[in-house]
Amino acid sequence: MTTMTPPPDPGEAAPRRLEPQFADLARQEHAVRLGMWVFLGSEVLLFAGLFALYAAYRTEYSADFTAALHHQNLLIGTANTFVLIISSFTVAWAIHRLRHGDRRACLVFLAITMVLGALFLAFKAIEYGDHFAHGVVPGRGYASAELPARGARVFFNLYFLMTGLHALHMIGGLAVMGWLVTRVARRRATPAYHAELEMGGLYWHLVDSVWIFLWPLFYLTG
Amino acid sequence: MTSTASYLTAGRGLRSWLFTRDHKRIGILFLIGTSGALFVGGVFALLLRLELLTPGETIMGALDYNRLFTQHGIVMVFLFMVPAIPGVFGNFFLPIMLGAEDVAFPRLNLASFYAYAIGSAIVLAALFAGGVDTGWTFYTPYSTSSLTAVATAAFGVFVIGLSSIFTGINFVVTTHTLRARGMGWMDIPLFVWSIYATAIIQVLATPVLGLSLLLVAVDHAWGLGIFDPAQGGDPILFQHLFWFYSHPAVYIMVLPAMGVVSEVVCTFAHNRPFSYTAIALSSLGIAFIGFLSWGHHLFVSGMSVLDAGVFGILSMFVAIFSAIKVFTWTATLRGGRITFTTPMFYFFGFMFLFVFGGMTGVAVATSSLDVHWHDTYFVVAHFHFIMVGGTLTAFLAALHYWFPKMFGRVYSEKWGIIGATMVILGFAFTFTPQFLLGNAGMPRRYFSYPAEFQWLNVLSTAGASILGLGMAITLGYLVYALFRGAPAEDNPWRSRGFEWRTPTPPPLHNFAGQPEMVPGAYDYHVADHHDHDDPAS
Repeated sequence: MTTMTPPPDPGEAAPRRLEPQFADLARQEHAVRLGMWVFLGSEVLLFAGLFALYAAYRTEYSADFTAALHHQNLLIGTANTFVLIISSFTVAWAIHRLRHGDRRACLVFLAITMVLGALFLAFKAIEYGDHFAHGVVPGRGYASAELPARGARVFFNLYFLMTGLHALHMIGGLAVMGWLVTRVARRRATPAYHAELEMGGLYWHLVDSVWIFLWPLFYLTG
Repeated sequence: MTSTASYLTAGRGLRSWLFTRDHKRIGILFLIGTSGALFVGGVFALLLRLELLTPGETIMGALDYNRLFTQHGIVMVFLFMVPAIPGVFGNFFLPIMLGAEDVAFPRLNLASFYAYAIGSAIVLAALFAGGVDTGWTFYTPYSTSSLTAVATAAFGVFVIGLSSIFTGINFVVTTHTLRARGMGWMDIPLFVWSIYATAIIQVLATPVLGLSLLLVAVDHAWGLGIFDPAQGGDPILFQHLFWFYSHPAVYIMVLPAMGVVSEVVCTFAHNRPFSYTAIALSSLGIAFIGFLSWGHHLFVSGMSVLDAGVFGILSMFVAIFSAIKVFTWTATLRGGRITFTTPMFYFFGFMFLFVFGGMTGVAVATSSLDVHWHDTYFVVAHFHFIMVGGTLTAFLAALHYWFPKMFGRVYSEKWGIIGATMVILGFAFTFTPQFLLGNAGMPRRYFSYPAEFQWLNVLSTAGASILGLGMAITLGYLVYALFRGAPAEDNPWRSRGFEWRTPTPPPLHNFAGQPEMVPGAYDYHVADHHDHDDPAS
């Protein structure tokens, strides 16, 4: 940690972050923002393919999907939804506090965001463990006594694929949050210029919004 | 460091290349990678043609043949054609054409190269670890049960997809945010328009391919059976996902080619494009409609008559936008002062081959005809006319057109025209017989065929040999020129393009001073002080 060294003046730190290809910081921030939105568009299409598969298979195996949905752990799924929504708020609040020059609060709220993200993954792990104990595993080993139907297997394959891909994104998001903590702590991200924080926040929100769609598809619509 | 030192000498040693953030050097890295892929894929193609010289087994059996055509397809599509023109010439020239110092995200750009390199290494490793025998389309359920290295290859292509997305993000953002002061959207060079349209497809379609291939890899490894009818899956859904990317991918391959052609025709006709707006906007038209035409790959897979009709008509819209371009390029020649150079030879080759490829594309988009031609050599010939006849000729046109600017050396125009003639004629001889073979009913992807098809196959193999020799000659004189060629002027073609207004080879930050953007990139009708360079005026 560099807390021992005197902090550089935030107003001075900002111009040093200008990359040579940009005329000014405003243009650079605009580019970073646009790039992030384009990337998020790309991410949406990555998930869109799986959502399309879900729609097609749900049409084909409507009754099996409903039956499988009744075996889902609604409590954990719903708890996780709240965990993620709160974490979206905390990351937004972290950025808000930094903008007002409150670096300490920013760090605290980033840390809370990471704890919530980890909590989500812990719940997910408990849920997966529960599935595995009942023979509900992805792929060849599927051996559920309660839900032997072919459509149920398709449902759980999709469930593991979609929540698994989402969990990978959560892990990525946690890594991003950890990096942001070091950026803020080392005063690289300043109240004057903290584009990376906003971009990390956008990514976190996207991963949350994907879950907002997974929640009804895998827990609510039984 | 002086601001006028060439980008080639601005840093020395291997490290200065491998960790460069300079878009021009990254372009050169892509040139090395994609040319290597072209060479490997080309050798595979020649081996395939050798096998097909006689009916029955010639040099390899059925399984080796299956692996070889798969590897030829994967290498040519994902390692060469998709990244070639955007990765090499898009990287090198898009920022210069916009008057920018670099792309918006130079580090991401370098990451894009490494994703390409690592993905390619994984794909090539899969070839040595048993190969892949599914065809480059990875169709399920065979691909999820094949004993070959499907999962490795699919994962490699997934990683290359990341490279494509990174490049796409960079080009979209660079075009939006780094245009020189005062350069409006309708002032940007046509090559930039086509790369921009390509980048949109790269960003929005590639993740769907990535997902489909990831599913194949996961399925292959753990047996999810997500596309396996025996386990409740639907293989046609894979085809939908796959072609949702892979049809637009055709335009990832051909739109940059069209951008090259637009630049080449204006420079060597010394004329304004007949309609700048038509060429620029038809690129966006192709990018848009390209997303809505994937279904024509599934006409015989199980599709309602209505869907087939709708997809067929949507596919034909592509031909309308392409025809707008072809007519505009032709009209650009009118009243121009045409110089016959190697790039211009490739331009005429492109026009001829692309029109044939495009017209047969309209034919196969007609579902009733497609039933007859599907999975025959007719389709093989059709897409090679578009992809090789279009993308490869444009790649070679671009390489020759920009070679002096990129390397500061001049290649032999005499050898260039010999090479171009052999490539174009060799190509036509390779694939014209395949139209006839396909129409006569020879199916694709078999190592053997009935004896009555042999004379056409011999013709095709002979053509491939000429094409291969032409490519070898091209490689030879270009490598020679790289080391021994005479120094090039700043603007040897007397082009008005922005990239020719900078020193040759360009300095590290692209322009010696403030980039000069007036007159416009195609203002051949306006006199300016550069005209004293022009001996003909």
